[in-house]
Amino acid sequence: MTDLNLIRNFSIVAHIDHGKSTLADRLIQSTNTVADRDMKAQMLDSMDIERERGITIKANSVRIEYKAQDGETYILNLIDTPGHVDFAYEVSRSMQAVEGSLLVVDASQGVEAQTLANVYHALDADHEIVPVLNKIDLPAAEPERVRKNIEDVIGIDASDAVEISAKTGLGIPDVLEAIVTRLPAPKGDRDAPLKAMLVDSWYDAYLGVVVMIRVIDGTIKKGDKIRMMRAGATYGIDKLSVLKPQMVDIAELGPGEIGIFTASIKQVRDTRVGDTITHDKKQTAEPLPGFKPAQPVVFCGLFPVDSAEFEDLRNAIEKLALNDASFSSEMETSAALGFGFRCGFLGLLHLEVIRDRLEREYDIDLITTAPSVIYHVHMKDGTMVELHNPADMPDMTYVDHIQEPRIKATIMVPDEYLGDVLKLCQDRRGVQIDLTYAGSRAMVVYDLPLNEVVFDFYDRLKSVTKGYASFDYVMTDYQQDELVKMSILVNEEPVDALSTMVHRHRAEARGRGMCEKLKDLIPRHMFKIPIQAAIGGKVIARETLAALRKDVTAKCYGGDATRKKKLLEKQKKGKKKMRQFGRVEIPQQAFINALKMDD
Amino acid sequence: MEDWQNGGFGLYIHWPFCQAKCPYCDFNSHVSASINEESWKAAFLSEIDRVANLTQGRLLNSVFFGGGTPSLMSPDLVNALLDRVRSSWTLANDCEITLEANPTSVEAGRFIGYHEAGVNRLSMGIQSLRDADLKALGRMHTVAEARSAFDIARNTFDRISFDLIYARQQQSLNDWKNELTEALDMAADHLSLYQLTIEEGTAFGERYSRGKLRNLPTEDTATDMYFATQEICDAAGMSAYEVSNHAQNGSESRHNEIYWRYGDYIGIGPGAHGRLTLDGEKYATDTLLSPGLWLEKVRKTGSGEHSRSLLPPDEQLTEFLLMGLRLADGIDLARAAEISGNPLEVTNQFLFEDGLVKIEKGRLMVTPKGRPLLNAVLREIIP
Repeated sequence: MTDLNLIRNFSIVAHIDHGKSTLADRLIQSTNTVADRDMKAQMLDSMDIERERGITIKANSVRIEYKAQDGETYILNLIDTPGHVDFAYEVSRSMQAVEGSLLVVDASQGVEAQTLANVYHALDADHEIVPVLNKIDLPAAEPERVRKNIEDVIGIDASDAVEISAKTGLGIPDVLEAIVTRLPAPKGDRDAPLKAMLVDSWYDAYLGVVVMIRVIDGTIKKGDKIRMMRAGATYGIDKLSVLKPQMVDIAELGPGEIGIFTASIKQVRDTRVGDTITHDKKQTAEPLPGFKPAQPVVFCGLFPVDSAEFEDLRNAIEKLALNDASFSSEMETSAALGFGFRCGFLGLLHLEVIRDRLEREYDIDLITTAPSVIYHVHMKDGTMVELHNPADMPDMTYVDHIQEPRIKATIMVPDEYLGDVLKLCQDRRGVQIDLTYAGSRAMVVYDLPLNEVVFDFYDRLKSVTKGYASFDYVMTDYQQDELVKMSILVNEEPVDALSTMVHRHRAEARGRGMCEKLKDLIPRHMFKIPIQAAIGGKVIARETLAALRKDVTAKCYGGDATRKKKLLEKQKKGKKKMRQFGRVEIPQQAFINALKMDD
Repeated sequence: MEDWQNGGFGLYIHWPFCQAKCPYCDFNSHVSASINEESWKAAFLSEIDRVANLTQGRLLNSVFFGGGTPSLMSPDLVNALLDRVRSSWTLANDCEITLEANPTSVEAGRFIGYHEAGVNRLSMGIQSLRDADLKALGRMHTVAEARSAFDIARNTFDRISFDLIYARQQQSLNDWKNELTEALDMAADHLSLYQLTIEEGTAFGERYSRGKLRNLPTEDTATDMYFATQEICDAAGMSAYEVSNHAQNGSESRHNEIYWRYGDYIGIGPGAHGRLTLDGEKYATDTLLSPGLWLEKVRKTGSGEHSRSLLPPDEQLTEFLLMGLRLADGIDLARAAEISGNPLEVTNQFLFEDGLVKIEKGRLMVTPKGRPLLNAVLREIIP
């Protein structure tokens, strides 16, 4: 057990690309926590997808030993948190487990919307915040402007912000000193009954469920019989470790310390993040308040391209769900796509991450249908139906009205792009709530329907602002609007997987957009193909895909048979990746790309 | 009766050398400063002996000298090889012996020698009747040279074919119509009319990928050219009997028909492929691409064959359809069932409804309307 005064627990708040993972790597490296030869980039991001996309999805932690200038050796516990809006719930709960944050801001850019949201989580958790200006070595760095920007936008003193370059290692010793001298030590009572917070849990193929905890009061040892107070379950501790970042067993964890344990827990669902862990015999009197579990807000259908892979998909989804309690799934059948699953996600990034993992780790080719939100369909008989899938839309004659979820979106953008951002928000049925300036950057707050955002809002925002805007949102409430179900007919056949809910006034433009997109996405066939958008029986947009005129190999003699045969086999394989609708084959990517609008 | 007998039996001899590599050509051709004909003769003779041994008692329907540029071979070499062929197999009465020739004046000088050696059909690589285009295509001859070589050929051989390439850079639909009409005026009994295809690994392919192959006709114009070709040739009595091959009735290339009718053929020489039925099993054979390595392999091991792989029934069916449906008269459905062990079912009714394919007298045919879409049709038909 470590003296409380020699412990500092902290997290790092930063926008994507502002250098959070690099700074974490430098802290690990400069304290010799990991030998140089074992060092790899983004040390704390263990999933391939995290490394590839340069994002953090799951919280992770590392225990660093640091000999400070005062001669004492401190234990620094860093909890690395996700930066993306989809995983905001992970951030807020991780923040509760530490006392301070480093706010990393790119000295050539300034504060971004996600940083802002995460700083608020840190302030909510009563964190002491140390501002860090990264990328100070870049010619474009403007530390003075960014200092002022931090003060204007966040309202904290940035005069003694630490200036660093995580890339070159410049200023790293100053960061370590600032952690020790400026962040508070944790408080806690070693002699009180055990009270620890369940920070996170994940499934490890070798160890089973691994639980990360922060001890508040008391001590915990291997062999202890513990109780999870909210879940109401008891377990014996099999293994108690700290992460450096690899697991190192430890005899005991006391107040202020962060570590992990295993206890023969079967699945991640058996653990509740935010739960209070205490000794079964000698329980704490006051459990922690706990957290509300995260609710999926975006839904889509996932179907195997090859229907024979349905069972594989079922197994893969079950395995993923073991490790991700925020992802929901239920079986679905589509006339067009056969058997699959309707899955719920925290947001679009979450959706993409899960889909990538299913395709990559489980080697299943998937068709992803258009993302949808949950609509509240109020029937004339007074009942309300939660609609997760536009294909299930009840007959309009029985429907009284439909409500859709709305969000409060915060967007930060350099003012030269402000006009484009406002136009984008207006086009997506947004209502402006606020518009303020901090220096040359504007902060706009909009009330937007979530269904206008789930699809490609973020892509469009990035493209109209050349990547300079940042975006964050919170769900607000449900509101009634004029929503209709739009169907798509390909060669006169309705394709249920392409049905969407749209606002009546936007239906025609969206229908035309989808028809045009599909015209490009569907390869030419040997016949011409009408592509139509319809509301009920009324066609509102139509395009015609012209027939293929010529596809023939000019020369084919004795020496070509083998080569042409292989080519044909390859093409046949490509055909398998398409779905047959009557006489028409639709490639899988059409189902998701058809909805991307170029407005 | 073995299945290959429906298609016949032929021998292909590959001469891999050219004077210069044409920028559009992806065939196995090489430019070499010195070629020792004697060692090539020895290797080819040894190969003829080897394959004759495998196919004793068969009637030979065709011999084809392809390349490369076989008209760079001396008539003596051709004669020596054909002598060995004649003593190794019984030749069919109508055995077709074709040699590919370039229409330069030097090569035309050998035509009589080839005829005397036993060649009875010449296939000439004229490619274009426009000097500027011949230059762009990297050809060594002019139009005038080609015409005079053709005249020599006409006085020497009964059967002559020549090749033209259309959809060339800068070519308009009308340009091609005019050129084709001129070609038909001089044509003997057979024409091969190919749309220019940009192949990977060629100089054109490389220029194309860098965006430097400019002014190619659009896909639509090229398609118009294809349709114009059919119309003009039909009117001249030279309808397409295969996607790119046109002939007067009865003058079809028997050798190429062995490929398309899925007969047996032996390929000798660098890069030559074969299909050969041995003890009731059909095999695909190939040889080493490199002339030097091939020569060495024949000398050292007594065989130029590089690989021989068994073709299972489903692959045979694929090849049978892939090749056979190129022909206007299509494939015999009974034979398809015989090859694969199952009747061939064309389940996509729209192919019939739209008139892209038809079945007549037990034969499945891709119609003139379906032929330009053959690859798409094949993707539907091949199980």
